[in-house]
Amino acid sequence: MANAQPSRTQTKLEPWRDPNEKPYVRIEKVTKKFGDFTAVDDVSLSIYRGEFFSLLGGSGSGKTTLLRMLAGFERPTEGKIFIDGVDMSNVPPYERPVNMMFQSYALFPHMSVEANIAFGLHQDKVGKAEIAERVADALNLVQLGQFGKRKPHQLSGGQRQRVALARALVKRPKLLLLDEPLGALDKKLREQTQFELVNIQEKVGITFVVVTHDQEEAMTMSSRIAVMNRGYIAQIGTPTEIYEYPNSRFTAEFIGSVNMFHGRVLESEPDHSLIRSDEANCDLYVSHPGHLAPGTECWVAVRPEKVTITKDAPAGSDGRNQATGVVKEIAYLGDVSIYEILLDTGKRVRVTAPMVTRRTEMPITWEDRVYLSWRPFAGSVLTN
Amino acid sequence: MAETVQSEMRHTGFLGLLQRVGLSGRALVVSVPYAWLLLFFLVPFLIVLKIALAESQMAIPPFTSLIENVEDLKYQITVTFYNFHYMVTDDLYIVAYLNSLKIAFISTICCLLLGYPVAYAIAKADPKWRAPLLMLVILPFWTSFLIRVYAWIGILSNNGVLNNVLMWLGIIDQPLQILYTPVATYIGITYSYLPFMILPLYSTLEKLDNTLLEAAADLGCPPWKAFLTITLPLSIPGMIAGALLVFIPATGEFVIPELLGGPDTLMIGRTLWTEFFNNRDWPLASAVAVALLLFLVVPIMIFQNVQGKQGGHP
Repeated sequence: MANAQPSRTQTKLEPWRDPNEKPYVRIEKVTKKFGDFTAVDDVSLSIYRGEFFSLLGGSGSGKTTLLRMLAGFERPTEGKIFIDGVDMSNVPPYERPVNMMFQSYALFPHMSVEANIAFGLHQDKVGKAEIAERVADALNLVQLGQFGKRKPHQLSGGQRQRVALARALVKRPKLLLLDEPLGALDKKLREQTQFELVNIQEKVGITFVVVTHDQEEAMTMSSRIAVMNRGYIAQIGTPTEIYEYPNSRFTAEFIGSVNMFHGRVLESEPDHSLIRSDEANCDLYVSHPGHLAPGTECWVAVRPEKVTITKDAPAGSDGRNQATGVVKEIAYLGDVSIYEILLDTGKRVRVTAPMVTRRTEMPITWEDRVYLSWRPFAGSVLTN
Repeated sequence: MAETVQSEMRHTGFLGLLQRVGLSGRALVVSVPYAWLLLFFLVPFLIVLKIALAESQMAIPPFTSLIENVEDLKYQITVTFYNFHYMVTDDLYIVAYLNSLKIAFISTICCLLLGYPVAYAIAKADPKWRAPLLMLVILPFWTSFLIRVYAWIGILSNNGVLNNVLMWLGIIDQPLQILYTPVATYIGITYSYLPFMILPLYSTLEKLDNTLLEAAADLGCPPWKAFLTITLPLSIPGMIAGALLVFIPATGEFVIPELLGGPDTLMIGRTLWTEFFNNRDWPLASAVAVALLLFLVVPIMIFQNVQGKQGGHP
């Protein structure tokens, strides 16, 4: 899943690690209430110049409300938003250095594609010749050069999405907000457009803030992700950090799939933790710094692809990070297979294994007794 | 799937009979409104056309018949265009017709100017207030149209509410002569047809996607300008619908100019009434009616056809 990351995350562009770097967007203790309902709950967040920042969460997590507050369509009940150091509290949407790409695209149905894209430039009193040039550039950027004279209803969904993007980009905003930019596209087109969006972002160098409910999309495109849950931010980090080092059960379960072993801390040392788990019926050794006091109730999260499945007992095992069970379900997906194993303790565990061999040669089948094991670095110790 | 096939095959009785004649249930449903129009619009129109092509005579009915039996098995069709010719040569009808168009046009503009803000306000109101506000727009219909027009006499007359209030406020010294002038006709028509403008405008404005206005604001467009560049162009279909609903009946309006307008408020509806009831010249009155219909309906049909071909946006 995370193996298809485009080049941007590999570049050492990590301004949030630099203490001297000033955040470009600063959200300070922002709360938004609609009547009794708290949509956004005391969120503080810093976004840096040139980032591709994702707000990831399920419906009702407050991610869209947060984006709309950045655009100026909603006002924070409490807290402040700064863009490029300027307090945005009393700045109406039409005076913000921000453009938004709407989930529904919100293209003006009575205007041609060109007129839609030129709309924002007309507001800025840009000269005619420059408008024509910039509109043409924007159309070329999204590969819609031939479609300028069409009306929005004469375009396909994917083309409309590009027009919306061009319209938002043509003003060269300091910050581009994208509300579920790929939500209305089908799967194939979505995957293709993900990379295109990242390429365009690198080309124009504008800071992107994207709202999405699709974790795969967020993982693929983002420099950093803020995982939101019921109005608060559960975790902020790079896709790798969020996936490999979730800080809570919510994040671990929201991103990808995960096996949770309930247990109690036995040892907590600077270089490892040891957890006694009844669910796994063994001691779990986790080679990350222990942060919980011995005796604390906790969960160890292990990703399905980090678990090795074998028919024979693993050699040289110390009995830790190891469980036995019976194969109950096998889902063959072509590139990988998903096994569901019923442990002797009654716990169900999910394991994914790449299909290195052909299926006909698959050694493990239903009702086989198997050994599950994983390396010390695979687990994460989580409280809630 | 199999069930529907079976049920279709089981059609007997009335539906089966229709199927054998070659009529499906669908065609039947569609044909009902057409039959209605044929029976109550086209047939009466043809009767009126027939009378328009006849000559006036002192008899019952007061016009000559189209087909006459001259002798055995010999019939004679008599068609005269005298009435149409008379209508064109006598200024009265052309003036009345043009005056009707003028009054209807100005009243439509008044309705649009008054109705647009009302429709806009209702469409922008809190959803829980929209139904009661719309109810208030429709409320006058619960009183007879005639009584409401009469009520304007009480308001506009020299000794009426309006003049008394204006004099009491000291704005005027002596009553304004409003009643029995074209102004009273404009007021009456605008008042009576205002709901027909507000309702289609409201339904267009209410459907308008609010994110379009957000997008406009996002692109740097202040609200007043977004209204002019987004809301107004997108509400043109509502304006056209409302304008047609006001303009067409206002052109043929008879009651309002009769009660509120003066003797010089010449409108085609009044002229028609006079020909019909005072002069008992049915053929001429019919000719006026046919001309009114042709001059009004044909341009509108052409206009709608052109609009339909343009395809429009959703």
